[in-house]
Amino acid sequence: MAIQFVVHEKGDGVGVVTVEGVQAGQRLTGWIMKEDATIEIEALDDIPIGHKVALVDFAPGDTVIKYGIDIGKVVAPIKKGEHLHVHNVKTKRW
Amino acid sequence: MDLKNRTILGYRRENGRVGVRNHVILLPLDDLSNAACLAVENNIKGTLALPHHYGRLQFGADLELHFRTLIGIGSNPNVAAVIVIGIEPEWTKVITDGIAATGKPVFGFSIEQHGDHETIMAASRKAKELMHWASALKRTDCAVQELMISCKCGESDTTSGIAANPTVGNAYDKLYDNGNTLIFGETSEITGGEHLVAARCRTPEVRDAFMKMWSDYNDFIIANKTNDLSDSQPTKGNILGGLTTIEEKALGNIQKIGKKCMVDGCLIPAEAPRGPGLWFMDSSSAAAEMVTLVSAAGAVVHFFPTGQGNVIGNPILPVIKISANPRTIRTMREHIDVDVSALLRREMTLEEAGDKLLDMMAQTADGRLTSAEILGHREIVMTKLYRSA
Repeated sequence: MAIQFVVHEKGDGVGVVTVEGVQAGQRLTGWIMKEDATIEIEALDDIPIGHKVALVDFAPGDTVIKYGIDIGKVVAPIKKGEHLHVHNVKTKRW
Repeated sequence: MDLKNRTILGYRRENGRVGVRNHVILLPLDDLSNAACLAVENNIKGTLALPHHYGRLQFGADLELHFRTLIGIGSNPNVAAVIVIGIEPEWTKVITDGIAATGKPVFGFSIEQHGDHETIMAASRKAKELMHWASALKRTDCAVQELMISCKCGESDTTSGIAANPTVGNAYDKLYDNGNTLIFGETSEITGGEHLVAARCRTPEVRDAFMKMWSDYNDFIIANKTNDLSDSQPTKGNILGGLTTIEEKALGNIQKIGKKCMVDGCLIPAEAPRGPGLWFMDSSSAAAEMVTLVSAAGAVVHFFPTGQGNVIGNPILPVIKISANPRTIRTMREHIDVDVSALLRREMTLEEAGDKLLDMMAQTADGRLTSAEILGHREIVMTKLYRSA
């Protein structure tokens, strides 16, 4: 089955879009690599290739998990299916 | 790939080390000597000048690093013979003496009291002799195990962490089992995954050395930063490619050291590994700086995964580009040596991707030119630790 996004492992809060031209309203199929499972989600934004889609709702202060590990903090509300990037997530390090 | 039984056609140097290129290089001690080196390169076809920007009034650890880098580049087994040109004879002799320890031909020329003209004439005469000599050397069968390999990624995006970097990791795991010498680095770009690298260190001593190198670099960044570095690290290209934070970038970055191989030791910048295994080098995450440092450590083939399409090469170290991003493969085809975009479509396994890279490594070692070599990418950037005196 063709996939439009990839998730590193179950429990991650984000998936990575791996095809060009994903548009708001599009139904996406994702591959969870570690568990070799598939999931589906509806994109709420246009999301460029390589960019992340939120797999759950996030509130400011939440931690985003990818590779099973903390990749930063949420600074603006994010809904499941929305584009998750520098406008709503920041580093905790620097 | 059967690494134990696959041999490559390499150049065995005077000190027993194996190279895969046969360059006669014109190595400037300092910025002032670039013009003479470039003039000799123009006179004597087949030679390779390595212009760079430093070498004057440096001192202490920064000067030691400058010397170590130049001596290391000259000593690299991909180099058959060396001509060093410096503004004055004494530091020039530091470099030629250092390279002479390998047993390879090395000759120094200095410009003061001679001028560019006499220096260029004398160096050109010697360079011609060296080209005749080096061009008559023959490749011989060498074990894959004798290749020192380095890796560093650039203009990474999320596809780097999903596919291109794990491809390097798969190849590293296989080369590690084969007894090869392997280098990784990019100290600042491990930030967010430093605990994962620490957990892979072979001994408590190696772990302590690694954590000290990482902490010192992180302290330096925190002391000098004027914002959260979101304009620099991740780079603008990383962000365009979908990477959001340094932590996310680091977790993708460290996929390059695979799943099994252990970190056997730590190296200061441009230091040569002391035996087989996986070595961490304290190094900048800027591509040309890091690749220059590993060329000085003696690496003879470099794995360079990219997402958005970093175009870097190195004068003496063949850089193999790996990408999984289908848009980059389409728009920058001429820069990519190994296309692993099929991993994203589930049409290729990681095992197959690792073998595809190892096959390109073997072909490159046999003499096949990389995209970066053919396109003329010869970036060389000296790492400078602080201001000159």
